[in-house]
Amino acid sequence: MEEDKNKIIDEVTQSEYKYGFVTDIDMETAPKGLTEDTIRYISAKKNEPEFVLEARLEAFRHWLTLEEPDWAHVNYPPIDYQDIIYYAAPKTKPELESLDEVDPELLETFNKLGISLEEQKRLTGVAVDAVMDSVSVKTTFSETLEKYGIIFCAFSEAVQNHPELVKQYMGSVVPYSDNYFAALNSAVFSDGSFCYIPKGVRCPVELSTYFRINAANTGQFERTLIIADEGSYVSYMEGCTAPMRDENQLHAAIVEIIAHDNAEVKYSTVQNWYPGDKDGKGGIYNFVTKRGLCKGTNSKISWTQVETGSAVTWKYPSCILLGDNSVGEFYSVAVTNNHQQADTGSKMIHIGKNTKSTIISKGISAGYSQNSYRGLVRIMKNAKNARNFSQCDSLLLGDKCGAHTFPYIQTENQSSIVEHEATTSKISEDQMFYCNQRGIDTESAIGLIVNGYAKEVLNKLPMEFAVEAQKLLSISLEGSVG
Amino acid sequence: MLLKIEDLHVEIDGKEIIRGLNLEVNAGETHAIMGPNGTGKSTLALAIAGKEGYEVTRGKILYEGKEIREMAPEERARLGIFLGFQYPVEIPGVSITNFMRTALNEIREFRNEDPLSASEFLARMEEKKQLVDIHSKLAKRSVNEGFSGGEKKRNEIFQMAMLEPKLSVLDETDSGLDIDALKVVANGVNSLKTSENAFVVITHYQRLLDYIVPDVVHVLYDGRIAMSGGKELALELENKGYDWIKKEVE
Repeated sequence: MEEDKNKIIDEVTQSEYKYGFVTDIDMETAPKGLTEDTIRYISAKKNEPEFVLEARLEAFRHWLTLEEPDWAHVNYPPIDYQDIIYYAAPKTKPELESLDEVDPELLETFNKLGISLEEQKRLTGVAVDAVMDSVSVKTTFSETLEKYGIIFCAFSEAVQNHPELVKQYMGSVVPYSDNYFAALNSAVFSDGSFCYIPKGVRCPVELSTYFRINAANTGQFERTLIIADEGSYVSYMEGCTAPMRDENQLHAAIVEIIAHDNAEVKYSTVQNWYPGDKDGKGGIYNFVTKRGLCKGTNSKISWTQVETGSAVTWKYPSCILLGDNSVGEFYSVAVTNNHQQADTGSKMIHIGKNTKSTIISKGISAGYSQNSYRGLVRIMKNAKNARNFSQCDSLLLGDKCGAHTFPYIQTENQSSIVEHEATTSKISEDQMFYCNQRGIDTESAIGLIVNGYAKEVLNKLPMEFAVEAQKLLSISLEGSVG
Repeated sequence: MLLKIEDLHVEIDGKEIIRGLNLEVNAGETHAIMGPNGTGKSTLALAIAGKEGYEVTRGKILYEGKEIREMAPEERARLGIFLGFQYPVEIPGVSITNFMRTALNEIREFRNEDPLSASEFLARMEEKKQLVDIHSKLAKRSVNEGFSGGEKKRNEIFQMAMLEPKLSVLDETDSGLDIDALKVVANGVNSLKTSENAFVVITHYQRLLDYIVPDVVHVLYDGRIAMSGGKELALELENKGYDWIKKEVE
């Protein structure tokens, strides 16, 4: 493990966004723009039952009444919602029994991204659901999982095969009325992953979804739903990349997690959407609503994220600690470089008794970027003995970037204990010289020090991801020396 | 000749600290540099290492016949120059193991050598840890984080042992050490001496030189080497004090 870590740190990092290639493949797209017809088109293409179409339309009508929020500490030119394609799918498809039936271009794409759809992935024990643009391409390991009664499939498949579950849980944690982008997503969501872990089952493999935006001018609106029934456990990983394009692309996703009594869900994300070029042109807008409901007693949900991409990141993976003794955790490393902007953090809402939450946020700013932490710790009236610990650290590389912190603490219960710590630091010249004097050049030294800084969070990632994340940290800070 | 310094002048923030220093060090030799505070001992060390802000305004620093004045510190390190810092800095989150592995492999890459495999590296770590009496636990900690003065100095010698430099400049390696720690550090240095490498030991006190016995002792005064001699010079200095040097120079 150490060997890989160091090999990665030593490797000469590229200045190019490695995932910027475009896949040349036959696509089928909806006409640009968003009207009720677009919604019906999407729903028809997916062959959805009536209840889903109704839900979409309800959300859409609500969205039309809303105004785009602008309170975040980010700036971006107005989005023309009529200038976006809301559905794109590879032409070949649907039911694929074996990899032979998958378009080789697609396989190649995922290989280039380091995502193997081959069954030799079995050795590392990761089940992968690969989503290209709006469509889930392949979910591996389905038979193994079936044995345990675990459902892990594309959301669109779940709508067909498990409508009761979808009906019961979808929108229960993030209703369409929650916010502007939630309403939009609820209207036009394309695909995503669905996961259900039955009572008492500990999922034997890491579940992983890989999102890739390929088609130009499209928005990506995934919808992910994870349900952990009583006493179950699952660790889920999400990876994201997109091609380099001059225009900005919108990614407005929703992730809902429900954990029942004694269940635990670990959700890890390594986000590397195209961040825009050195001058801030292009890049993904990553506006995501992620929320976990610790519904049951002793339930636990942890979010771990490494955000290095996107031109603008706006997300607050949160936990609602409803069940007594429930635990919510948020570990984050958010890197911004060049002209990237991030306004990210977490919300922990304590409702039940003896609930605990932990927030560890490490922001790293470089270039001309702006990195903001925004957090809410809310202790409701009856949340007896609630405990929270929040730590938000900022590391500034250079003197043209910014780090900002907006912590909100609202407690309505006297027995609660809320702790908050914050630090702001730079890499000192002395530290740099010390590394140099040992033969380590400045770029490598930054990678080393930044990884050390983020270690606490990186250690929370499943191993497969940790290695990729460390590499990513070094790469995203390329050229930030100054 | 491993190191040849000719008429060196070094300025910090426009103030001249080193004013015409000459020094010759051959492989296999141990030189001691003594002198009162503020005369430029650390400045000399940092100028050799290439720290930014230490401007060489005149003179030459030749390492193995090559002028290194314009070289970046990491380049000098890769050529085999090591500085044992007087005040080693902390690097939180970066383990000593990770740090050493990165450094070692970058140096090896520069020399067109293959990086050490994990087992080779660990074996080497074990070997060198013994040398400086460093426990396994220490190696897992972040570089210098929470280390006592003595631990920091031992860590410097440990790193020196790992990197096997040709020229080691030890800047007040003995400051802040009790006699036991001093013996451990000295022992470490002595066991690393070969006929191919050289040491420049900068110190205030003669005491260290009882353990790391120098071939040549230089006294740095007013920005240049005022006097050089054998190891007896250190004792004479101890007895007579730096005022004696002052008088000798004037």
